[in-house]
Amino acid sequence: MHTIVAKAQLSPNVTRLDVSAPRIAQIRKAGQFVIVRRGEGAERIPLTIADSDAAAGTISLVIQAVGKSTKELVALAVGDSIKDIAGPLGHPTELIEKGHAVCVGGGVGTAVVHPIAQALSKIGVHVTSVIGGRSKEWVIYEPELRNIGDVVVCTDDGSYGRKGFVTQATEDLLKAGGVDIVYAVGPVMMMKALAELTRPYGVKTIVSLNPLMVDGTGMCGGCRVSVDGKAYFACVDGPEFDGHLVDFGQLADRGTTYREFEQEAAKRCADGDCRIGLSNKG
Amino acid sequence: MSTSNLTPKQRMQIARQEMPAQDPAVRRNNFGEVNLGMEAELAKLEAERCLQCRDPKCMKGCPVNVNIPRFLDLLTAGDMAGAANSLLSDNALPAVTGRVCPQETQCECECVRANRGSPVGIGYLERFVADWARSNQDAITLVNAAPKGKKVAVVGSGPAGLTAAGQLARRGYDVTVFEALHRAGGVLVYGIPEFRLPKKIVDQEVERLVQAGVKIECNVVVGRTYTVPELREQFDAIFIANGAGLPMFMNIPGEHYKGSYTANEYLTRVNLMAAYDPDSDTPIIKPRRVAVVGGGNVAMDAARTAQRMGAERVSIVYRRTKAEMPARAEEVHHAEEEGVAFDLLCAPVEIVANEKKWVTGLKCVRMELGAPDASGRRSPVAIPGSEFIIECDVVVSALGTRANPLLTQTCPDMKLDKRGNIVVDEKLMTSIPGVFAGGDIVRGAATVILAMGDGKRAAAAIDDYLMAKA
Ligand SMILES: Cc1cc2nc3c(=O)[nH]c(=O)nc-3n(C[C@H](O)[C@H](O)[C@H](O)COP(=O)(O)OP(=O)(O)OC[C@H]3O[C@@H](n4cnc5c(N)ncnc54)[C@H](O)[C@@H]3O)c2cc1C
Ligand SMILES: Cc1cc2nc3c(=O)[nH]c(=O)nc-3n(C[C@H](O)[C@H](O)[C@H](O)COP(=O)(O)OP(=O)(O)OC[C@H]3O[C@@H](n4cnc5c(N)ncnc54)[C@H](O)[C@@H]3O)c2cc1C
Ligand code: SF4
Ligand code: SF4
Ligand code: FES
Repeated sequence: MHTIVAKAQLSPNVTRLDVSAPRIAQIRKAGQFVIVRRGEGAERIPLTIADSDAAAGTISLVIQAVGKSTKELVALAVGDSIKDIAGPLGHPTELIEKGHAVCVGGGVGTAVVHPIAQALSKIGVHVTSVIGGRSKEWVIYEPELRNIGDVVVCTDDGSYGRKGFVTQATEDLLKAGGVDIVYAVGPVMMMKALAELTRPYGVKTIVSLNPLMVDGTGMCGGCRVSVDGKAYFACVDGPEFDGHLVDFGQLADRGTTYREFEQEAAKRCADGDCRIGLSNKG
Repeated sequence: MSTSNLTPKQRMQIARQEMPAQDPAVRRNNFGEVNLGMEAELAKLEAERCLQCRDPKCMKGCPVNVNIPRFLDLLTAGDMAGAANSLLSDNALPAVTGRVCPQETQCECECVRANRGSPVGIGYLERFVADWARSNQDAITLVNAAPKGKKVAVVGSGPAGLTAAGQLARRGYDVTVFEALHRAGGVLVYGIPEFRLPKKIVDQEVERLVQAGVKIECNVVVGRTYTVPELREQFDAIFIANGAGLPMFMNIPGEHYKGSYTANEYLTRVNLMAAYDPDSDTPIIKPRRVAVVGGGNVAMDAARTAQRMGAERVSIVYRRTKAEMPARAEEVHHAEEEGVAFDLLCAPVEIVANEKKWVTGLKCVRMELGAPDASGRRSPVAIPGSEFIIECDVVVSALGTRANPLLTQTCPDMKLDKRGNIVVDEKLMTSIPGVFAGGDIVRGAATVILAMGDGKRAAAAIDDYLMAKA
């Protein structure tokens, strides 16, 4: 059992939970994640370790409520507990040793990029974070990232920071030169766009992939992704890969496996033909 | 000495009793157990078929040497407690092995009665006695030795790990089992379906270990949460039994399409994550037509599971013929009874999909059996130009599994063979002193009883090793 010791609402649909998990808090590294199962009968879902406090024995999970499992997690209150947390899983981020790193976070991806920025700044790398959201209230982790380095905030509607997408702000940085590496975390299409953007500049781009996962130990094969034409398991070989080699199209397709079924199921049920009884009632 | 007064001749006259089973037309729609178990009368009659051989060949066929005539004799005499204690002292999980052992290639195949008619139903009787023991726990008199003050870690809670843990606890060790998943049991809970092995049985066996003092820590992924060298510092010895969980792929085009599952993922979603229960949160595709590639137990389990999830047509796609299938004979028979189709002498060449990347079929090529190879098996060869498509919306590949490198990668000093399996000596010790290994991680994908046999031998070897050091 893992008790929730603190909770904060970061944006309209993103919540941070600080959860007790002493062993994981002690050894986790940037880029690693945990598999969380709220309680009996719940799904196992992967969540990045956004931060940790080894002394307090807690880890921070930053959760965007998109479906049943994430909605139920963010509905938990301080003092409630989560039944199962396994980890830390995945390989730690491959950090550069010196130079200038641009860390790009889109939406909840900002929370995932935060530990990477943190780890880089700790070893003396100059970090510029480019973070974005729909509008001001959707921007998260800005103060934490300002403590670490430069921050460029982008909003789609221009209500805060620059108007536009994180790709445009990143392009300006690339044009100005001196960027040694880009770390990008966010929706698949954002990561794909960034990888295409950096390719002509020859700047290495690390992306964090989020395929559907079940066990997180390399047993089910459900999280397979195609990188450089070869199949890898994101849970044990990743989740971070060289963005210039990732087949994003395949990732995007596979990611919709249950989404399309959900919609189709809803439609068919309306038509009175319920053969795809998807049990996930989200 | 036999306690019954039947003469061998009278025993020979008794015909093999049949295992009552759920009607195929009914069971293909539910997850209830297929075999219903024998009534006491029937079990006693079947046990009386045993000739009580002085040189029991059956025992040689059993990887853990269960004293078969002894427990059958006690059963015929009506001494259930005696039979249960005898069986349990040889085999830690008889309710499991009685259900899932390939008896026809092990104990029953060696039984002298196999040549003349049919062998004694050892598996069914083992199940009968074990089920009696499950509801009569007070009659079990096995006790732990005095505490030895030494700690042993067991990695993995499959049959190998559970057996080793039980044996070590009985020998007086302080045992902790580390399991990566949220539930103990290994393949017994995530792979083998409910209708063959009810999860309740595995849970009871695990509970019995906990009662015997074994500590079980779930959600610990060794190699990540702790490495083997880290555990080595805290424990006097380690037994590694993390199985062979890494799925193999067909390496044909289209394996990434939506609707293409590995058997591990498909079975894990349905079993461990309980997708068969409409109240669980686990999503799963509910297809109309399913093609399952492979001919082993895993393939049969996936096909029969798909059948129960409501598919209209499920077929097994296998490169050879039924005679070469490695699955347990009873599973193939049950699958047929339940209406699973067999597309034999077919090899998949491509998974085809629609424009939205959903699987629509499995393209196969027909095969014929060529000349026997070195192992005596006739190897299949493709018939040129014979490609055809099996229409389906889900493809499950059940091609077998290999060693998962997650643990061994963080233990560079441990010697592995070229397939990634851990190399052990005759005492099951790895190249690292005090670290032992067994089960599928050493043998490659094998059987429950071989894994249990390793667990038992490893416990004895660990005991010897730690006592020699003491
Ligand atoms: C390594 C890794 C790290 C992750 N870290 C975080 C994190 O720190 N914070 C966070 O909020 N989320 C993270 N995710 C995504 C998170 O696991 C999913 O959002 C979650 O599993 C959805 O579960 P659900 O039951 O709430 O939604 P579901 O009902 O399963 O899905 C709701 C919708 O979200 C989509 N979806 C489901 N899973 C994913 C996924 N993996 N990626 C993108 N879309 C998905 C579905 O297609 C559907 O449209 C991570 C995923 C991975 C693989
Ligand atoms: C679907 C299916 C059907 C089968 N049917 C039969 C049958 O009918 N009869 C038969 O005899 N055999 C059958 N088998 C084979 C049999 O189940 C295996 O040979 C047996 O389970 C191997 O036991 P094990 O203890 O070595 O490993 P497993 O049962 O694989 O257990 C290993 C355990 O270790 C855990 N683990 C893995 N990595 C780590 C780690 N890094 N840290 C901590 N824990 C870890 C796993 O989660 C798992 O719980 C079947 C197998 C499958 C998949
Ligand atoms: S453990 Fe398996 S092989 Fe041994 S007697 Fe029992 S059923 Fe037969
Ligand atoms: S070989 Fe057959 S008949 Fe003989 S003891 Fe074993 S089970 Fe009985
Ligand atoms: S999540 Fe199952 S192999 Fe990666």
